[in-house]
Amino acid sequence: MAALTTAGPSKSGLTPPPLQHLSLRHRLAERGLDRMIWLALPGFLFVLALFVYPAVYGIMLSFQPNDESGVFGNYVEFFTDKYLFDTIGNTFRIALPAALFNVMAAVPLALVMRGRVRGKRTINTILIVPISLGTVLVAEGLLTYLGPQGWLNRTLMAVGIIDEPLRLVHNMWGVIISLIITGFPFAFLLTLSYITGINPKMEEAASTLGAGPWQRFSKVTLPLVAPGLAITFCLTFVLAFSVFPSAVLLGNPAGDSHVLSVAASQAAFQRYDFPLATTISIITAVVELTVVALVLLWRSRMYRGSSAGKG
Amino acid sequence: MNSTDFSELRLEGVSRTFGRSAALTDLSLTVERGEFVALLGPSGGGKSTALNCLAGLLPLTGGTISLDDRRIDLLPPERRGFGMIFQNYALFPHLTVRGNIAFGLKMRKVPKDEMERRVDSALELVQLTEHADKQPGQLSGGQQQRVAIARAVVVEPPIVLMDEPLSNLDAKLRHEMRAEIRRLHKTLGLTTVYVTHDQEEALSLADRLVVLNGGRVQQIGTPEEVYLEPVNSFVADFMGYRNLLEMTAMGVDGDRLRLVGEGIELAAIPGDLDALNGPVTVAMRPEDLIVGQPMENQFRAIVTSVEYQGRDFEVQAVASSGAKLFLRTEKRLAIDQAISIGIKPDRIMVYPASSSLADGQSLRAHEREAV
Repeated sequence: MAALTTAGPSKSGLTPPPLQHLSLRHRLAERGLDRMIWLALPGFLFVLALFVYPAVYGIMLSFQPNDESGVFGNYVEFFTDKYLFDTIGNTFRIALPAALFNVMAAVPLALVMRGRVRGKRTINTILIVPISLGTVLVAEGLLTYLGPQGWLNRTLMAVGIIDEPLRLVHNMWGVIISLIITGFPFAFLLTLSYITGINPKMEEAASTLGAGPWQRFSKVTLPLVAPGLAITFCLTFVLAFSVFPSAVLLGNPAGDSHVLSVAASQAAFQRYDFPLATTISIITAVVELTVVALVLLWRSRMYRGSSAGKG
Repeated sequence: MNSTDFSELRLEGVSRTFGRSAALTDLSLTVERGEFVALLGPSGGGKSTALNCLAGLLPLTGGTISLDDRRIDLLPPERRGFGMIFQNYALFPHLTVRGNIAFGLKMRKVPKDEMERRVDSALELVQLTEHADKQPGQLSGGQQQRVAIARAVVVEPPIVLMDEPLSNLDAKLRHEMRAEIRRLHKTLGLTTVYVTHDQEEALSLADRLVVLNGGRVQQIGTPEEVYLEPVNSFVADFMGYRNLLEMTAMGVDGDRLRLVGEGIELAAIPGDLDALNGPVTVAMRPEDLIVGQPMENQFRAIVTSVEYQGRDFEVQAVASSGAKLFLRTEKRLAIDQAISIGIKPDRIMVYPASSSLADGQSLRAHEREAV
């Protein structure tokens, strides 16, 4: 004991290291900055070259119209030309129902599939396969399947439900159906992972407190999964909003499926007006981001913590 | 709706199988109003299965549950109205403490002002009034469990079910909460079915214990009965009879049952054991083995390990046969020391050899007796 207490701190052992040098390194390390950061450099350059530069270039380009209409000429043209301006509404009319349907249909299915279900893997595979099919393949399939002479119309007529074929292709319905087929798997997978993250004990607790199935869903599951559904909606909405191939193949690109991306493509490759095409793309991005921002604003007012059951 | 108005909860032959494995077999139990019953057993013993069957979270595969004359085992949980407290609290993270406690009252469509009043008094009861507007995530584990208790009892359920409510808390908090649960049970006049694997917890809380193993009832009785007179070597082992020796009964000599084996000779009190000859399991508590005092049963052993436990020492020793013995003593012993161990004849429990798990025959006799 005596030896321990008298030994004390040795003078040489406690000489402080060069303070400034050490504290700078420590301060950087505190913020996660060390030599590892250099690994991020290639990615950073990549983003700079392939995303930031083209975006800035595009924004600049949109302010340089081909004609002599001034800096905002392209924007003025877009918002005054009814045929162009209507593309915003057309795109919303297609993207909004598709995204909403995808999210709302994913919820009940995910609720069923989170438990123990016979053949769960097979069902999941079938649900996910459309992701791997190209849009064009889906479009070609739907053209014949949903067309006036397709199985669906022929069956419905044979059964006597309808007298003349439903018009499901070469209009916005074809585009919406195609967006649902390709977008639903994404929505389902995301929703499933959000819903399985909720501790089932919470619903059991609700049931012992007197909550029936609907109340358990509306008062416990839905509030907990809503932030995830907001994200899911944003993703499927953005995917649907930039729809191009199915709008051209399955829709009526001169009429109700004249969406923003079709307008941009026509401006670029039929009128060779790249500044106008860029303008339309930027307007697309702004509209998309506005919707996403609104949804995220709404989401920020929900409970977003852990729903694994323990605080 | 005064649902606390009942006189007994009756389980008859309640069974639950999962595929081909039986999680709970033939549980029959009557819980009187106001009683505190603990289901005790190791994990996989069937106690949580029993509780979930009682709550309605798990359908039965056999038997009936009734509240007085009303059969309830076919009702979904929300129509049984039992309060349940979970091991992981299962609080609603998106609701405040107040919102959590009010949940059950909202589901019952209790008028607003009455709801406020009852939530306030429940908050007071669990001493969380000042935390009423916090989110559950901002509370400590003990506070969260108190919210869960308040949430369950505020609806005045006929039965409160508790599924290992204290096992996520640290030792000190566990003691405090144990007292709190006992207090709430008394002051609110609850009828409680409590699941635990902790025998100390069960002994201190319950009016009656149900010891389960392998899905079967081993013993039903008051804490004293189960602690002092375990009906088989499984219950004895679970109740702290750590010394289980396989010995041979050599018949009764006077008022003593003679036991031989493991190089030891013991004299026990002959109980109502059928076979007084043949292989038996002998159970002795560590604290009943007394070191270095001349008494009736004496045998020698060598100390192999000594653990300081504060109040006393936990000592392991081997008998001459190599049988391992556990004892507790206040004497400071040294490793390799030869000691003389004694035990009072009435503290030696004798069971038919391996009477624990699968021995349904003798168990059923005990069950009948206990029920």
